[in-house]
Amino acid sequence: MKTILSRPVYGTLSPQAGKSHLLIADAEGASAILDLAKKAPEDFFTNAHIMFIPGRTGNSFQDLLKALKPAQYYEGPSVAAALPRLTWTLANAHMGLRMYLAGTEGLIGQMMQAAIEAGIDPASIQTEHRGSWARRVQCVHCKGVTENVTTQPVTCSHCGLLLLVRDHYSKRLAAFQGVCINAEDPTEIPQKEEIFR
Amino acid sequence: MSAGTNKLNVTVTEVVAVNELVKRFHFERTDGGNLPTFSGGAHVVVEMRDGDITRLNPYSLMSSPLATRDYTISVRRDDVGRGGSLFMHNRVKRGSEMVISYPVNLFSLDLRARKHLMIAGGIGITPFLAQTAQLASSGGNFELHYTCRSEALGSYTEVLRERYGSRVNLYYDEHNERIPLDRLLATQPLGTHIYVCGPAGMIKWVRDTAAAHGWPDDSVHYEHFAAPQPGTPFDVKLAVSGLEIRVGEQQSLLEAIEAAGVDPPYLCRGGVCGQCETNVISYDGTFKHNDHWLSDEEHCSGKKIMPCVSRFEGRSLVLER
Repeated sequence: MKTILSRPVYGTLSPQAGKSHLLIADAEGASAILDLAKKAPEDFFTNAHIMFIPGRTGNSFQDLLKALKPAQYYEGPSVAAALPRLTWTLANAHMGLRMYLAGTEGLIGQMMQAAIEAGIDPASIQTEHRGSWARRVQCVHCKGVTENVTTQPVTCSHCGLLLLVRDHYSKRLAAFQGVCINAEDPTEIPQKEEIFR
Repeated sequence: MSAGTNKLNVTVTEVVAVNELVKRFHFERTDGGNLPTFSGGAHVVVEMRDGDITRLNPYSLMSSPLATRDYTISVRRDDVGRGGSLFMHNRVKRGSEMVISYPVNLFSLDLRARKHLMIAGGIGITPFLAQTAQLASSGGNFELHYTCRSEALGSYTEVLRERYGSRVNLYYDEHNERIPLDRLLATQPLGTHIYVCGPAGMIKWVRDTAAAHGWPDDSVHYEHFAAPQPGTPFDVKLAVSGLEIRVGEQQSLLEAIEAAGVDPPYLCRGGVCGQCETNVISYDGTFKHNDHWLSDEEHCSGKKIMPCVSRFEGRSLVLER
């Protein structure tokens, strides 16, 4: 159920008409690319570039992705490591490029942010959530971003305040909003529950 | 009734024959002062009082949005149309007093775009004259591709070339030149928006090709005013006002409703904006839908009509008006 309008809604990847295709996934997101491939026209991957960040899935998807025979295949250790390549790819891209983002909200949000920065129309981008629901959270107090947040509340990895993770999402920051949960009485420490799995 | 129906009293200060088919009209406020601000792509609805008949035709503003001392429009003479353009060409002179609407923009630039790729056919050049002036004033990135029948009938080709140099690309049918659309679409940087104004066939060609190239709908802008077509006269019952009216051969349904003293909302009078959408209560006959607003299903449903451009043939038509 939608709680806040800014909360992103994800869809299902499907092949779009386009001159070239950029597919980016982390971990279980690879399975969304494999599912898209089943519906794609024969020559779809001859103009496709796959960027993959395996994360917790280790070696389970690489061979299957490579077997799609994309024109370019990249594998990297993290979103941060992949971003310069994305920026460079988009700087040389033309209209007619379609983007497909699949996996965690952190990956989708950060890649989307870089793509919009490069001038791509959000309507050219498809998204599909797969795998972990871990969130990127920005602390509204110190502005530091904490990655891979799975608990409610969470301790800010920068300033140490205990944060309530809200559904309020910022596309500009590609992060959810974290607000101090015990500002009135810092001795009150609610128990952490793992809810973003 | 709606934003576009606020009126301005203007005086024609200049009429210029641009070429064999096109005349340019300059309007200034009759009471002096500047006209309202507008943005490139806007149009005004010009009222033409021709004896008992009042025609209201939309024309794109082509003057610079930065100079609102006057508005200018260009009118292409259509010898087989309903007579609006002939009225402008033959009856409107310097010094004529006229009534025009406030400007309305249904073809505005998306200023988030990194680049604006403009495609014009024939008299479809007019909104681009205003848009290029607007963009040039703020260092905007644009490129214009303009196709005309012949050099003699190419309106404003020279002034555009002079102002913008190689950003203006001209193509003449008489030399068998054609816009290289596939190459253009394949080589645009991310964030480019395309704008097309011209004949219906050209708009369809550009929209279809852009879609096949993977351009999202949001980045494809087009303006197609379907001028109301003349047709067989027909009778209509207006259920709300309790009136029975006859739509003349050279009259649009909207004009006939207005002539009967009913004042429905409208903006574009060209079948694109949706303001004058009217519910059909009952009918016995065939609709002649000419709008770009209703969906195919709505056209078949017999429940709605756009009275600005669409007509009817048959025994009876009752509208909720």
